[in-house]
Amino acid sequence: MATVVADPENPESLASLAGLDPNARSRVDSPWRIAARRFFRHRLAAAGLIISLLLILSAIFAPVLAPKDPLQISILDKFVPPMTVGYPLGADEVGRDMLSRLLYAGRISLLVGFAAMLVTVIVGTVVGLVSGYYGGTVDAVLMRFTDALLSFPTVFLLLVLASFVGASLLSITLIIGLTSWMELARILRNQTLTLREADYVQAGRALGATNPWLISRHLLPNSLGPIMVAATLNIANAVLSESYISYLGYGIQPPAASWGNMLNNAQNYFRDAPWVALFPGLLITLTVASFNFIGDGLRDALDPRAGRRG
Amino acid sequence: MTAYLFRRLAQSAVLLVLITAIAFGLMRLAPGGPEAVYTLSPTIRAEDIARIRASFGLDQPIPVQYVKWVGGVLRGDWGRSYRDSRPVLEVIGGRIPATLELAGTALVFAVVVGVAIGVLGAIRPHSAFDYLSTIGAMVALSVPTFWFGLMVIYVFAEKLHWIPSGGRETLGAPFSLADRLNHLVAPALVLGLVLVAGWSRYTRAAMLETVNQDYVRTARAKGIAERPVIWGHAFRNAVAPLVTLAGLQIPLLFGGALVTESVFTWPGMGRLFVDSLGYRDYPVMMGVLVATAILVLLGNLLADLLIVFVDPRIRLR
Repeated sequence: MATVVADPENPESLASLAGLDPNARSRVDSPWRIAARRFFRHRLAAAGLIISLLLILSAIFAPVLAPKDPLQISILDKFVPPMTVGYPLGADEVGRDMLSRLLYAGRISLLVGFAAMLVTVIVGTVVGLVSGYYGGTVDAVLMRFTDALLSFPTVFLLLVLASFVGASLLSITLIIGLTSWMELARILRNQTLTLREADYVQAGRALGATNPWLISRHLLPNSLGPIMVAATLNIANAVLSESYISYLGYGIQPPAASWGNMLNNAQNYFRDAPWVALFPGLLITLTVASFNFIGDGLRDALDPRAGRRG
Repeated sequence: MTAYLFRRLAQSAVLLVLITAIAFGLMRLAPGGPEAVYTLSPTIRAEDIARIRASFGLDQPIPVQYVKWVGGVLRGDWGRSYRDSRPVLEVIGGRIPATLELAGTALVFAVVVGVAIGVLGAIRPHSAFDYLSTIGAMVALSVPTFWFGLMVIYVFAEKLHWIPSGGRETLGAPFSLADRLNHLVAPALVLGLVLVAGWSRYTRAAMLETVNQDYVRTARAKGIAERPVIWGHAFRNAVAPLVTLAGLQIPLLFGGALVTESVFTWPGMGRLFVDSLGYRDYPVMMGVLVATAILVLLGNLLADLLIVFVDPRIRLR
């Protein structure tokens, strides 16, 4: 009769003693892989990911893809309609090629989107974690400030800042980032309130861990899910915000093109040349919708409690 | 209830002070104040600029200016417009009805359509209708309002001539309700679109949580018809979070109104604000901000009070 003896030097014997397949470990999926599978099952999120990657690539390779110089004025070709030889998407009010301008405009719009998202995530995460972890007066002061900003239409704040500070790529990015961190801060603060009482955080504290250590090693990694979702949704939000301020004339300044400022003059021309207004708006919608779908998919994929909700 | 009301009003007042202090500070700290237009004149001297600043009261420390401004607001003196010297309260008072008309219509439209879509989606989850409305809501949330407005004007005003391309009424014509409605419908629908998306998504989520509850099954088992089950049992219990949503949507509503008013040349507060920006008309801008903030805070308070009436289980403390 063969007895299985556990050999401490041989992990496989331990595993077989416990009735475990020694190869099983490689088949147990990591939480990230489960999340990835759930994400790609969300077909719209997968489509959003593909479309946004295409948009990002076309922005990066704009100099290669653009048939013309986006700033080259050719007054004779003013308002040439789409499908004309040399102007696949038509020309604007001074005869600049729409396709080339749209490609280059994507660089600025997407750059503002990503950079503003970084600002939002950094400020929102710091405020949320600090407020939730330290509590007390710090929490009260930070949250009242957050409430004040939340209870106010962001567009007003954006416009006041943009018109006074003076428009540049950097200022627009900072302004958008600094007016949209409040929701993330709120979410993380509420989550941190419960997390800081968790056993492993208490254990860490009992072992003498410092506050910055506990925040960066325990609270931050546990907040990655909401942060990733908020980051994606904030790219969408920032692209949209840039288009609003640029449309009203306080954003990216011509001759540089962003999708928003291409629409700035459109109100005067779109009766005669609707394509001048049509394409930039379509690209904004496509970009924003893609990132919104990705964010939605991420939320479903990363939240273990969420079933299949809209 | 009274204690609750007082505490909420006190909290709102604190928020109002915070908001106005932030806005006031931002405006005063910005480089190039309202005197900037005068510096363009080649003959103007430094002492003239100083005199202009002094006449606006801009030579005093910012906290002093703020306290003076607050004192004025409390006495009903909101200052005078730098642009045409009219009292701010009068300028804004003339614009508030237009904004409320537009925003109110948009909200009603959004609630009716959004709730209907959300309930239908929740009754048959994962049906073609549900799928399409989910996609539609996401796209609606992603469309820039001003661009959508331009497209609506192009198609329905320029090409089809169904609606006027802007304004609140035909200028010079006598008042007529039909004319007003004709001007109102397009901007209200455009402004309402974003809100519809929010309403349908939240209604669907809230309804999905209630349609599978035991009391809904019990109601069906008792033989109650499907319609009263859905609206009387399931929806009635899903409605409280929706009222909160209405309160939370108010900032979005006024933000959207600002853009919609600009596109449709609607004579409301939002357009007044955009116009005043260019002139650095601080008193009017502060006035619009205060008026908007008060409307937002009152709306939130109203939403919280309304919950008690739609959901008797909730007690205000």
